[in-house]
Amino acid sequence: MPIISPRAIVLYTSPVLTLNGVSKTYPGSVALQSTDLSFMPGQTTVLIGPSGCGKSTLLRLLIGLVEADGGTIDMDGRRLSAGTLPALRRLMGYVIQEGGLFPHLNAEDNVTLMARYLGWARGRIAARLEELAALVRLPADSLRRFPGELSGGQRQRVSLMRALMLDPQVLLLDEPLGALDPMIRHELQRELKAIFRRLAKTVVLVTHDIAEAGLFANVIVLMREGRVVQQGSLRDLVERPADPFVGRFVQAQADSWRAIRDVLA
Amino acid sequence: MAGHPRRARMIRRRLGWTLLAGLTACLPLTGFARTPVVVGSKSFTESVILGEIVTRLINDKGGAARHRRELGGTRVLWDALLAGQIDVYPEYTGTLRQEILAGEGVGHGLTLAQALARHHVRMSAPLGFSNTYALGMKATLAGKLGIRTVSDLKGHPGLVFGLSNEFMDRADGWPGLRAAYGLAPRRVQGLQHDLAYRGIASGALDVTDLYTTDPEIAYYHLRVLDDDRHYFPRYQAVLVYRAGMAQARPAVAAALASLPGRIGQSRMIHMNARVKLDHVSEDAVAAGFIKRQFGLDSTGRVEDIGARLWRRTVEHLTLVLISLSMAVALAIPLGVVAALRPRWGQVILGVTGVIQTLPALAVLVFMIPLLGIGARPAVAALFLYSLLPIVRNTYTGLRDIPVSLRESARALGLPLGARLRLIDVPLASRAILAGIKTSAVINIGTATLGALIGAGGYGQPILTGIRLDDMGLILQGAVPAALMALAAQGGFDLLEKAVVPKGVRIHTRQ
Repeated sequence: MPIISPRAIVLYTSPVLTLNGVSKTYPGSVALQSTDLSFMPGQTTVLIGPSGCGKSTLLRLLIGLVEADGGTIDMDGRRLSAGTLPALRRLMGYVIQEGGLFPHLNAEDNVTLMARYLGWARGRIAARLEELAALVRLPADSLRRFPGELSGGQRQRVSLMRALMLDPQVLLLDEPLGALDPMIRHELQRELKAIFRRLAKTVVLVTHDIAEAGLFANVIVLMREGRVVQQGSLRDLVERPADPFVGRFVQAQADSWRAIRDVLA
Repeated sequence: MAGHPRRARMIRRRLGWTLLAGLTACLPLTGFARTPVVVGSKSFTESVILGEIVTRLINDKGGAARHRRELGGTRVLWDALLAGQIDVYPEYTGTLRQEILAGEGVGHGLTLAQALARHHVRMSAPLGFSNTYALGMKATLAGKLGIRTVSDLKGHPGLVFGLSNEFMDRADGWPGLRAAYGLAPRRVQGLQHDLAYRGIASGALDVTDLYTTDPEIAYYHLRVLDDDRHYFPRYQAVLVYRAGMAQARPAVAAALASLPGRIGQSRMIHMNARVKLDHVSEDAVAAGFIKRQFGLDSTGRVEDIGARLWRRTVEHLTLVLISLSMAVALAIPLGVVAALRPRWGQVILGVTGVIQTLPALAVLVFMIPLLGIGARPAVAALFLYSLLPIVRNTYTGLRDIPVSLRESARALGLPLGARLRLIDVPLASRAILAGIKTSAVINIGTATLGALIGAGGYGQPILTGIRLDDMGLILQGAVPAALMALAAQGGFDLLEKAVVPKGVRIHTRQ
C-alpha cells in the first residue's frame, strides 16, 4: 500500500478547511474573535503567536473539542456539527504536546485502536502499522511497549502514527514537539518536515517558536488576542510586518539568537 | 506484532470478570430454601430453649419444622408471625395483653383468645410456668439498706438503675412501673439484659429488671423485690401460632397441643441454668427435656462444629455476595453518571453519603416491615451500605483521568459508549476495584449484624456468645468473619492483576 494516498495527490483547487466568522468566548475572556481562514490542500499552515492568542483554541475548534459561539466551519464540503463530527473527526488526525497516548494500551494498541473499533481486517491493520512504523522510524519492539516505557520522542512518534492510522486528509498538531528537550526536538523537526513533504497532507501546526514555524510552513498565520494579525511566509513577516506587534514578535526571537552570537564573539 | 501476549491478557481479563459475574449469579440459588413449619424464638435463652423444644417435638412426632432462632424482640416476632414468615413462637400472656394487643380491649368484654383471633392467631394453653418481670438487687446491698419491696426504693434515689432495653421501652415496663410507684432514681441506663447481671455483680449497677425464671437470681445472690402494688401482670408462657397453619397441618397442631402443662417453674429455671451457667447448648437441653417428658429420642440434628461453620459461612457469603454484586451493578453506572453529569453527581454522591451515615441497626430494623425478617432485609441494608465506596471511587477514578486523555479519545472520533468501555473504565479500573474492595470488607463486617434480624451468618454465634457470656462462641463468629475479610482483601489483590491493565500499573508507578 502506498504511503501517499491517491486522495492527497489530487490537486484541489478549493480549501479543505474553511472558517467563516468563527468566534469563541470563555467566561471572562475572548479566545477567538470573528475569524475567517481557509486551509489549502497539501499545504502546511503554522499558527503562531504568544500564549493566549487563540491559536490552540482555533485548532480545538477544528477537531470539535470546543464548540464555536458563532460562525461556521466546513471540512471537505461538509459543515462541522454535532451530527457530522464523528465522521469528520476520522478525516482528521490530532497530535498534542504530551502525545495523549492511553497509558493502559501499548503503543500498537494505541495506534490501531480506532481501526479495530471500525472493524478493519487484521491483515489490513498489520500492513498499515508496519508502513507507519517505517515512516516514523519506530523500532518494532517499541510497539509492544506501554507509553510509560517509551521516551518522550518515541511517544510523539507513536502519537503521530495514531493520528495517521486512518489516513486522514488533515493533520492537526498542537505544539507536538513542545515538551521535548532541544536535541530531540531538533532531530524530530527535520524528520517531521520530511514526513509532511512525503505525505503531502493538509497540515495545521501550532507553535510559539518562529524558527520552527519557518521550517514547516507554507503559510504562517500570526495571531494576537484572538485575531489574525498577519498571514504569509516567514519572509513576509520579517520584511513586511503588518503592524509593530509583528515586528516585535519576530524581533524578540531573533534577539535571543543574536545574544548567543554575542556571547560567543 | 499482535499475537499471543495480548490475547492471553485479554483472556485473563475476561476470565476475571466472568468469574466474578458467575460467582455472584449462582448465589441467589442457595440459602433461601423454605422448610414446612418455621418456629421462631426471641433473642434470649428461655425463648430459644422453648423454640428448640417445639421444633424437636414437631419433628419427633412426624412433622417437619425448622427453628429460626434469636430473631429479635417481641415486635419482630409478632410481625413475622402475622406476615407468615414464622408459624409459631413462644410468647407470654402478659406481653400479649400489655404490649401486642394493648388498646384492643382485652379484659373489657374480650378474652385474650378472642383478641388474638382477630389477627387470625391462636394461643395454646399455658405451658406450665410463669416468667414475670421483677426488680432485683444484690441481697447484701438490699439487706444493708433494708429494701424488701419496690416501694422501698423510693427512699433511695441515689441507686443506679440498669434496665434492659426492651424493659425501658415497653408500656408495661419501666414507664408504667415508675408512674405506679412514683420512683425517681437519678441514674437510669438501658443496656442488654445479660450485661445487666454482670453490672450488678461488679457493683456498677444497683437495681435491674429480671425475669423470675432467670437462673442468675440464685447464682448472683440477688433479692427479688416484692411487687407490693401488684403492678406486673402475670406472664404465663404459651405458644402462639397462625390459625391457618393449625388447620392446614393437624399433625403439627397435635404436636403443639401435647406441650402445655409439661414445663413447670422449677423445670424452666433448671433448663435456663443448664444453658446459661453450665454452658450446655439449647439443643442438648431441649433434647434432654423431650426424652424425659415424652420418652422420645430426639432426632433433631445436632450439628457438629464443622457443619455449623460451613452453614454459617454459606449464609454469610450469601449475604455479602448478593448485596455486593447488586451494589456493583448499580453503583458503577451511578458513578459514571456522576462523573459525566456534575449536577447529578452532587445528588448521587450526597444521597449515597447520607445512607452511609445511618446507623446499621436502625436500617436493619427499618427494613423489617418492608421485607420481613431473615436474609432479604439484611441483603437490602448491606446493599445500601456498599454503594458509597463504589460510587465515590468510580466517580473519582473517572474524574482523575487527565483532560488530555479524555480529549484524545474524543478527537479520535470514538463515541461516548466506546470511550467509556475502551478508555475511561479501564483507566479508572484500579480505583473502581479499590472501591469494591472497601465495600466488600465493610460488608463482611456489617453482615454480622444481620443475625439480629434472623439472617444467620457469623453474627449468630457472636450474638449467642454475648447472650451466654461465652467468649469461645463469640470467637467462632468473629474469627471467621475476620478471616473472610482478609481473604476478600487478598482476592481483590489477585483480581486487580487480572483486571487492571498492565499499562495503568506501569503508569502509576512512574
